[in-house]
Amino acid sequence: MSASLLILIPLLPLAGFLINGIGFPNIPKGAVGIIGTLAVVASFVLSVMTFNAFVAAGSQPFIVPLFDWITVGDLNIPFSFQVDQLSLLMLMIITGVGSLIHIYSIGYMHHDSGFGKFFAYLNLFLFFMLLLVLGSNYVIMFIGWEGVGLCSYLLIGFWNKNTNYNNAARKAFIMNRVGDLGFLLGIFTIIATFGSVEYTEVFSKAAAGFQVGDPVIITITLFLFVGAMGKSAQIPLYTWLPDAMAGPTPVSALIHAATMVTAGIYMVIRSNVLYSLAPSTLEIVGIIGGATALFAASIGLLQNDIKKVLAYSTVSQLGYMFMGLGAMAYSASMFHVITHAFFKALLFLGAGSVIHAMSDEQDIRSMGGLRKKLPVTFLTFLIATIAISGIPPFAGFFSKDEILAHVFEHNKILWVIGVLGSVMTSFYMFRLLFLTFFGTFRGTHEQEHHLHESPASMTIPLIILAILSAVGGFIGVPEALHGSHQLAQFMSPLYDLAKTANPAAFEHTSLSHSEEYMLMAVSVAAALISAIAAYVMYVQKGAVPAPDSEEKSGLQRAIYNKYYVDELYDAVFVKPIKTLSNILYSFGEIFIDLIIDAFVKLVSLGAKLLRKTQTGSTGEYVFAMVIGIVVILFWKLLL
Amino acid sequence: MIPNPMMPEVNIPAVIQHIPLQSYLILSTLLFVIGIIGVLTRRNAIIIFMSIELMLNAANLLLIAFSSYRSDPSAQVFVFFIMAVAAAEVAVGLAIIVMIYRNTRNTDIGFLNKLKW
Repeated sequence: MSASLLILIPLLPLAGFLINGIGFPNIPKGAVGIIGTLAVVASFVLSVMTFNAFVAAGSQPFIVPLFDWITVGDLNIPFSFQVDQLSLLMLMIITGVGSLIHIYSIGYMHHDSGFGKFFAYLNLFLFFMLLLVLGSNYVIMFIGWEGVGLCSYLLIGFWNKNTNYNNAARKAFIMNRVGDLGFLLGIFTIIATFGSVEYTEVFSKAAAGFQVGDPVIITITLFLFVGAMGKSAQIPLYTWLPDAMAGPTPVSALIHAATMVTAGIYMVIRSNVLYSLAPSTLEIVGIIGGATALFAASIGLLQNDIKKVLAYSTVSQLGYMFMGLGAMAYSASMFHVITHAFFKALLFLGAGSVIHAMSDEQDIRSMGGLRKKLPVTFLTFLIATIAISGIPPFAGFFSKDEILAHVFEHNKILWVIGVLGSVMTSFYMFRLLFLTFFGTFRGTHEQEHHLHESPASMTIPLIILAILSAVGGFIGVPEALHGSHQLAQFMSPLYDLAKTANPAAFEHTSLSHSEEYMLMAVSVAAALISAIAAYVMYVQKGAVPAPDSEEKSGLQRAIYNKYYVDELYDAVFVKPIKTLSNILYSFGEIFIDLIIDAFVKLVSLGAKLLRKTQTGSTGEYVFAMVIGIVVILFWKLLL
Repeated sequence: MIPNPMMPEVNIPAVIQHIPLQSYLILSTLLFVIGIIGVLTRRNAIIIFMSIELMLNAANLLLIAFSSYRSDPSAQVFVFFIMAVAAAEVAVGLAIIVMIYRNTRNTDIGFLNKLKW
């Protein structure tokens, strides 16, 4: 695999962005979709080629240097790409799911006047995301990190005529800024400690020169984790993600479910040497992940907006991944990233298909009985629901179960939280499915008349993703089920350095097979029971969530209003800052303006007097000039 | 240098030096002052323009005179440059005057007093 082809992987989407972005709105819609999609599909093909070449060459990681970027004193930051197991897996997810979502967007966004702009932003997002995972040092990762944040902002506020959407975009941007500050501080600490930001150098120095639990390493990992909290929507920085659903649905699928929000997990796995050296950070990661998983899942139980439910589900699933990371189950978390990318992208695209058919209605209280009108959407949505609920043999079962097994080894309380979260996940997902596709139609007459299955450009990605959600789990079948877990084997070289640095943490306290079977049985039973509960409630009894006007009991109201976290943040952070800026503003009004006004008055007074000399008569000007020359001559010659 | 039979060799600096330097000074001062008076008193743009040329040539004359008396040829080179630039300036200046005439139907600069406070 030559280096130039590797460079093309991020450059193709960039080219797509430039063509569609500069050409907007002069390029015809047909061409825009083809250009944008082809760029990503070509990237995907190149990624697959790179992957095959990498495996054929014996899975040796390598670095492709492009140019020297920053050289200051002893610090040298090259611009180079690193190809190894982790970056290749991320490449495949990003370009693969990205291609499908681009194809889907051709159908979904067809009627939008910003069609070209939309594709340009999507391509730009992919460029930054690929940069993020391909870079061979933390600074390139940071460029990608900021770039995807920017694209997320642009795409959340894509329909920028709506003030609420713009506010959601700003909220996402500012919340991410808080996390980015942590990430940046982490990078600075890395530079101060190791004198380099290159992964290979930092990790080899860390593994060689630092003890387990070294305070410096703990500081670095905590700072980096703050960055991950922001990007991957963990408590306390998660509130932006549900609001981010203001963007078009393909954006929610690509950026806010499948790829960008997993950047935090990618970063932790990438820094696994550092995290393995900092067990106390891992504890925090695990606890925050578990808390987020449970908390977000409980909010998801009572939401009525189809995309909001999926958003809280995403937050909750990201919590699972961090829980896995906390238990040092890096491969299992990556496994969940992959399967989650499949089924969550599918869920969002399915929701998009429903919204499309319902003429932009998102409230599940107005849906119902759609399974006959939208058979393809229904079937694929069903598969995704089963997958996310963790019912075998679909993808979510294997990955979630692996995480839960590792968590069980590590911390029993977290495992209980995980199972509780999984019960809730199964309940709210089946609730969503039943309310949307079963029962009778509850929308307006016009909507019912308009109902139709989506065009092929939308259903084909759904079908492909459904197949992947169904069989994707087989890349990581655990030993207990007579599998060989190819994914874990493929990824194991990534942890070699961490194993030498902290061998104790990697000692296998392997569960016996019977214990594993028991854990699986518990989580599958839990998921099935809550699925059945949802069926009884919403299909047999035909319950429909109450309209907003109806009084709710205390706890219900708290959950329905997302535990008032937004209101809390508003009171604690937003309002004081607004008050402070108002005070500073009035200070500026009084003092600074006074001084400036005085100068302005002085100048305008002088100008009023002096402008009388501009009479407009050429004779007078010439006379003044001659007088001036004479004066200068006298002054020079005689004085 | 090859002697040219058609043109008997004339020592130009010597010819110039027949007349005392003071006369040149007086003549060019006179020309210059006439030019200034012309610029200040006349209202016709073309006359003003000619007066400016007069001032320019007064300066040229003085340069030539000094150049001969001091045996320094660089001033003569300088004069050539001034003449070349003056030619260009005349072209531009006359073009402007023509445009003014087309717009206002006369060349009186007293009419061009629109640019004032």
